[in-house]
Amino acid sequence: MPKVKIARKSTAIDMTAMCDVAFLLLTFFILTATARQPEPLPVDTPASTVTTPQPDKDIGTVTIGKGKVFFGVKEPAIRRSMLEKMSGIYHIPFTEDEKKRFSLMESFGVDMNNLKTIINLDNTQRNKEGFQPGIPTDSVGDTRSQLAEWIYQARYATKEINNADMRLSIKGDAPEEYPAIQKVIKIVQAQNLNKFSLITSLRAAEKK
Amino acid sequence: MAELNTGGGGGGKGGKIRTKKMSTRVDLTAMVDLAFLLITFFMLTTSLAKPKAMDLVMPDKNEDKPEDQLKVSENRTLNILLGKNNKVEWYMGRLDNIIGSAEVAGFGKNGIRKVIMDKQRSVTALTGDPKKGLVVLIKPSDKSTYRNLVDILDEMAVLNVTQYAIVDIHPLEVTNLLKRDNIY
Repeated sequence: MPKVKIARKSTAIDMTAMCDVAFLLLTFFILTATARQPEPLPVDTPASTVTTPQPDKDIGTVTIGKGKVFFGVKEPAIRRSMLEKMSGIYHIPFTEDEKKRFSLMESFGVDMNNLKTIINLDNTQRNKEGFQPGIPTDSVGDTRSQLAEWIYQARYATKEINNADMRLSIKGDAPEEYPAIQKVIKIVQAQNLNKFSLITSLRAAEKK
Repeated sequence: MAELNTGGGGGGKGGKIRTKKMSTRVDLTAMVDLAFLLITFFMLTTSLAKPKAMDLVMPDKNEDKPEDQLKVSENRTLNILLGKNNKVEWYMGRLDNIIGSAEVAGFGKNGIRKVIMDKQRSVTALTGDPKKGLVVLIKPSDKSTYRNLVDILDEMAVLNVTQYAIVDIHPLEVTNLLKRDNIY
């Protein structure tokens, strides 16, 4: 009986198609990627079924977590103008270089008097967790609290530069107790701003 | 490449130097490896899911014009008090005139959602006018968390409750109800 010979096939396979797919996916991910900025105050946002995405423009975000409050606006030009206004109010001058550095800061959480120090630190030091103590939310006497002043000036600057109303979003840490949130809401309402957004992440669809 | 063309003597056809025909196929394995490595990297670092924005409208405070404030009948009002440990307490009516009784419920499908759905139905039946539906007052206590607040607002959105407001909790509600039921 003749032996059945199995033809030996080469183990090398054609990689061209696989390579094509791989690079296609790679290109897609590179183009859609928005590098995640390191946040000085990482928070765990609660989930909801809301599907409206957060707008990209004219946004001011108040981040609340671990009893601290941070504030940041999206556009560098507005950050700069906001800082200029604040420096006028609190009589703290900033150099051109400091303004430029501030306009690149995503968010911050320090007392106005310590802002200079924070600006002059580099990014990694500044964003170290727990390094920044949060913006003071208590008003002193008749003057508005610093957080209220920042929000007000940010709204002012947004109107001035973009001719649009700034939308305030509150990004709270899920286990944060209500009084901290209430405090911020009170500050915002004191400026006759009754509409704002709560930042949430998407909840997986519930089984009906 | 680095091979030497040995044993070229073979035929020796006129001593012509023949360039060896090389295969046009390149080994793509390394390239694919690299591509997949990068894909993995980008997939893990991108946040495809953009954060969502839940719109919230707070009642206007206008304290200088109290006559503008809308009065709502008590039997349409559902009060939801947010307590600790992800529990809520609800009652109909007003604190000094509770209709029925105050009860504790949890979050989710079998908890507060069921209550709200029940009340939506009974209130619409009571008023006989779909426009005069249920009014929900959300009262977060100091012990409730931000997650609770978002959860209850989400219930409002899910159940299409159009009239709701976040209101400050009354101290008596804390002492008489939440403390009694041990959720403060």
